Amino acid sequence: MDKEFAARRRRDLIIAAVLAAIAAATPLFVKDVVVQNILILTLMYAGLSQSWNILSGYCGQISLGHALYFGLGAYTTELLFTKFGVLPWFGMLAGGVVSALIAMGLGYPFFRLRGHYYVIATIVIAEIGLLLFHNWEWAGAAMGITIPIRGDSWLKFQFLRTKLPYFYFALALCCLAWFVTWWLENSKWGFWWRAVKDNPDAAESLGVDVFNSKMGAAAVSAFLVAVGGSFYAQFVSYIDPESVMGFQFSLLMALPAVLGGIGTLWGPVLGAAILIPLTELTRFKFGGSGRGVDLIVYGTLIVLISLALPRGLLSLFSRPKKTGASR
Amino acid sequence: MGLLYGLIAVGLALIFGLMDVTNFAHGEFLMIAMYLSFFLFAFFAIDPLLSAPLVAAALFILGAVVYLLIVRFAMRAKANAGMVQIFSTFGLAIVMRGLAQFFFTPDYRSIPQSWLGGKTVSIAGIFLPEPQLVGALVSILAFAGLYFFIHRTDFGRALEATREDPGAVALVGIDKNRVFAFGWGLGAALVGLAGAIMASFFYIYPDVGASFALIAYVTVALGGFGSVFGAFAGGIIVGLVEATTALVLPPSLKSVGIYAVYLLVVFIRPRGLFGSI
Repeated sequence: MDKEFAARRRRDLIIAAVLAAIAAATPLFVKDVVVQNILILTLMYAGLSQSWNILSGYCGQISLGHALYFGLGAYTTELLFTKFGVLPWFGMLAGGVVSALIAMGLGYPFFRLRGHYYVIATIVIAEIGLLLFHNWEWAGAAMGITIPIRGDSWLKFQFLRTKLPYFYFALALCCLAWFVTWWLENSKWGFWWRAVKDNPDAAESLGVDVFNSKMGAAAVSAFLVAVGGSFYAQFVSYIDPESVMGFQFSLLMALPAVLGGIGTLWGPVLGAAILIPLTELTRFKFGGSGRGVDLIVYGTLIVLISLALPRGLLSLFSRPKKTGASR
Repeated sequence: MGLLYGLIAVGLALIFGLMDVTNFAHGEFLMIAMYLSFFLFAFFAIDPLLSAPLVAAALFILGAVVYLLIVRFAMRAKANAGMVQIFSTFGLAIVMRGLAQFFFTPDYRSIPQSWLGGKTVSIAGIFLPEPQLVGALVSILAFAGLYFFIHRTDFGRALEATREDPGAVALVGIDKNRVFAFGWGLGAALVGLAGAIMASFFYIYPDVGASFALIAYVTVALGGFGSVFGAFAGGIIVGLVEATTALVLPPSLKSVGIYAVYLLVVFIRPRGLFGSI
């Protein structure tokens, strides 16, 4: 490994540690509940987007159906909790495992598809999940599940009087997703993924196990997203199919990574740090009218940013690469 | 109903299938068309069937403008072209929904009295609702027209050539932007036609497009990209599958059948039924 690369990786790790420390200290100064709420959502989406980025950014298998795994995480946790009394912590793990297994199961047929056929298949499978949960009486159908309030407890991971535990969990999730990405970036898997993304046929011919590297990426990605889903369910303490499995979640996971820089280590964090507060603020400022002004502002921003910076905001910071054909 | 899905899908088949540009705002084009025919009815008492050509013309302009203002730049992106197309058109869809909410309010509207609404025709003892029947006729005509247009005219050839190799096309003197702007206009005009017909028997509200957009995508992909006939066949299959699913499963699950059939088809034929790309 060349020295510059090793130095960059060390630098990334230090920056991440500093940022995490700063983030961990913010609740000391920020007491406003609305702002804390925005911070929690920002961290959560940063983590989700980071997880999405593993499959879609690094491995190049753009998924617009990750809401399925988000929803599965939320539902597994809450069904286990409300029906069988299993603590959310175990439910979270179970949700992650279920999602990872389903992602791998779906991988068998899905990873044969390419381009639009694949992307549409991911949207469609999440939509099927949504409709099935809508009609599944035992799981609450369209009414959803209200998580019974049993008072503040770490054991049951629910808190009424303070949002701080949620904040720290969201931060931990974000750090975990970042660290997993950082670690995998330099592993055999990371190199395989980038090869698969750039040219699957060439990668295959050089001995990369294309199919299994897609499967690995899908499993890691789905597991982390499902943990995020479990967290979200505990955080809002009420879930229904639309609110955890709707198409908007698939897009909200993808957007930060795309805006920040898809397939990069820092893109999702940067994108989420800008996008989520912006979303919440426009909703807060213009959303009250109920007349869609927030949508107009938000949509315009997405159009402008995606057109102006196709490689994401991170491309502003990086010097143009010397290698590569100049055109 | 299948032919109506076909009619919505045919515009998308042109934009998404033939020009290979992702358009996430297709459902919103449909929504705008439905509102247009609603207002033409409400203010000037023009029946949706009569105003359909007007709506289609208006949508043609909208489509061409959207291409020139947004999509042209999205296609020029050197990196992540696919994502840029998805998100710029998705952003546009959000803006259009927001604008619809702002100007038209989120209320559900419908056209109470029209030539077609609520009437049925009986053919050999089978009762068919008139709007669907007219929709079916228009959609067959639209497909036939598009098929002829793509395969028999210079423009159609120019369009396919431009998708294949924009550089080479420029060398023989075809202006890529003119061809694609026209193609987008045409695609939008076709969905405008669909919207005008649907306005006479469907509720109209800002989010109406979203429910049809995914089915339109599935229809196009089922038939296979790059094939007009494929989109037509896809529309018929989707309609049949939906009707069959509705017989066996509760109505709220009728789309599951469509999605399942799509997955099944692409697992067997990864390029759709008649796809060439």
